[in-house]
Amino acid sequence: MMEKNNLKGWLYLLPAILFLGFFLVYPLIDVFIYSFEEGYNSASQTYFGTGLYNYSYVLHDPYFLQAVKNTFILVIITVPLSTGLALLISLGLNAIKPLRNVFQTVYFLPYVTNTLAVGLVFMILFKKTPYSDGLVNLLLQWFGGESIDFIDGPYWAKMFVLCFYTVWVVLPFKILILTSALASVGEQYYQAARVDGTRKNRMFLRITLPMISPSLFYLIITGFIGAFKAYSDSVALFGTDLNAAEMNTIVGYVYDMLYGNSGGYPSYASAAAILLFAIVLTITCINLLISKKHVHY
Amino acid sequence: MAKQIDFEKIERRARIRHRVSQGVIYALLVFWALMVLFPFYWMLLTSVKSYSTYNAEYVPKLYTLAPTLENYKYAFTTVALGKYFANTLIYTVVTTFVMVIVTVLAAFAFARLEFKGKNLVFVLFLALMMIPNELVIITNYVTITNLNLRNTFTGLILPSITSVFYIYLLKENFAQVPDELYYAAKVDNTSDMKYLFKVLIPVCRHTIITIVILKIIECWNSYVWPRLITDDESYFLVSNGIQTIRESGFGRENVPAMMAAVVSISVPLIVLFLIFHKKIMAGVARGGTKG
Repeated sequence: MMEKNNLKGWLYLLPAILFLGFFLVYPLIDVFIYSFEEGYNSASQTYFGTGLYNYSYVLHDPYFLQAVKNTFILVIITVPLSTGLALLISLGLNAIKPLRNVFQTVYFLPYVTNTLAVGLVFMILFKKTPYSDGLVNLLLQWFGGESIDFIDGPYWAKMFVLCFYTVWVVLPFKILILTSALASVGEQYYQAARVDGTRKNRMFLRITLPMISPSLFYLIITGFIGAFKAYSDSVALFGTDLNAAEMNTIVGYVYDMLYGNSGGYPSYASAAAILLFAIVLTITCINLLISKKHVHY
Repeated sequence: MAKQIDFEKIERRARIRHRVSQGVIYALLVFWALMVLFPFYWMLLTSVKSYSTYNAEYVPKLYTLAPTLENYKYAFTTVALGKYFANTLIYTVVTTFVMVIVTVLAAFAFARLEFKGKNLVFVLFLALMMIPNELVIITNYVTITNLNLRNTFTGLILPSITSVFYIYLLKENFAQVPDELYYAAKVDNTSDMKYLFKVLIPVCRHTIITIVILKIIECWNSYVWPRLITDDESYFLVSNGIQTIRESGFGRENVPAMMAAVVSISVPLIVLFLIFHKKIMAGVARGGTKG
């Protein structure tokens, strides 16, 4: 019944197609080309050969290896920790009635704030300066610990702050998704279980967990992807020269190659970005395979 | 009789257990709420402490009895914070505005018009959602640099407009509007444009508002692209401004002024959030991703 009007349809789509074509499709193809062009010079737009040299350069660059190590540590620590914490908090929210909305709103607040701005506050809280040890260190001393410089100090201390801040930043989204998943589990399942005299932890394992498993796996998958792309959290805490701070991430390495002190090498940046994409794709596929076995739809 | 007492005992025990568990839950929730709110309190508190007070406190006090607005004055006069704000505002408004137009037109085409190849293009659009920004930003950087658009608003805005996900979200909403309204409009000889603006957009305004707010948040907080494309301070957005302030702005030691800048940058979004928190949370739950 709808009239066919080919030209008109395409006309309405034209702006979107133009924008997506120029800034999404073309760059996607181009980034692969860049990554194989050896010795590309962005000023003269010339290169002297094609091959795998860019990949080999990146894979042998100690800064890249450091970035890969940092990123993997960050992923392995923050993804399980933030998902587990979010589940715990969401279960708590689900079990109370008064003040639930207030808590929910408060927990979501970090989502809308500027990562770099709030990161500065975290830096102040953790930093040791000549005139004050910083609030966190004072707390440590109060509990009988030694004070540590978390921002310019030992590697693991810096990694701890980065993980802590990352968890703080990603929790709002996870809590939101899990609370809405928990709220949608039908009350009748619990009633039926209660009639049967089922114990609470069994109810959790046999009803709650299977019912929210799609959301849980969605969060784990997007959590992995997001954590692999970590960058601005690290910049917020340790400044723009992440290589010097030993706190660079893979994405940070890509941007440093593109621009910044060591910048001007789009070919190396492309190779690193494609390597990152390959890692993320592999992990996501593994996640999807595992989820097929365990998720109940 | 003995059984009666047993029941009462069990009931009382259950009630106590319930109260204890509720207490534990509330304690946990309050603890995390404090963890979330504390950094905000700390930045606000530090921003109203005077420079000398702050540096004199080896053990920082959790309150201040002599709040001052000096730091805000200092933050806005020493660093071009006002300029960063204006830049961010221009960037956010223009990007969001163009994004809405492009999104509405595309969503309308997908939801209401019939043309050859529509389904194929729609599938291609969905596939585009999976492309990570990190991959395409490299070429975009080179493109914008070669077009001599570095340190311009055009260069900042153009690549930030595309949002396939919002097209998808709005298309779904447009498609829910009953066909009858469209046929009625057709019978009345209403043009497609008029139908779009007089019927579809008002009916779907909630989704459009959600998209607008999410895009505003995204623009206000964007850091990576502006950092790549601007090195002239007169085109800095607030995120880049904060980073400059951190590295050189007030001299590393003036923490209160730094916090005043942080508060100023955070306030607009927090206000927006407090007004629209239901819409924002519902919108994000429907498919926003971050983290």
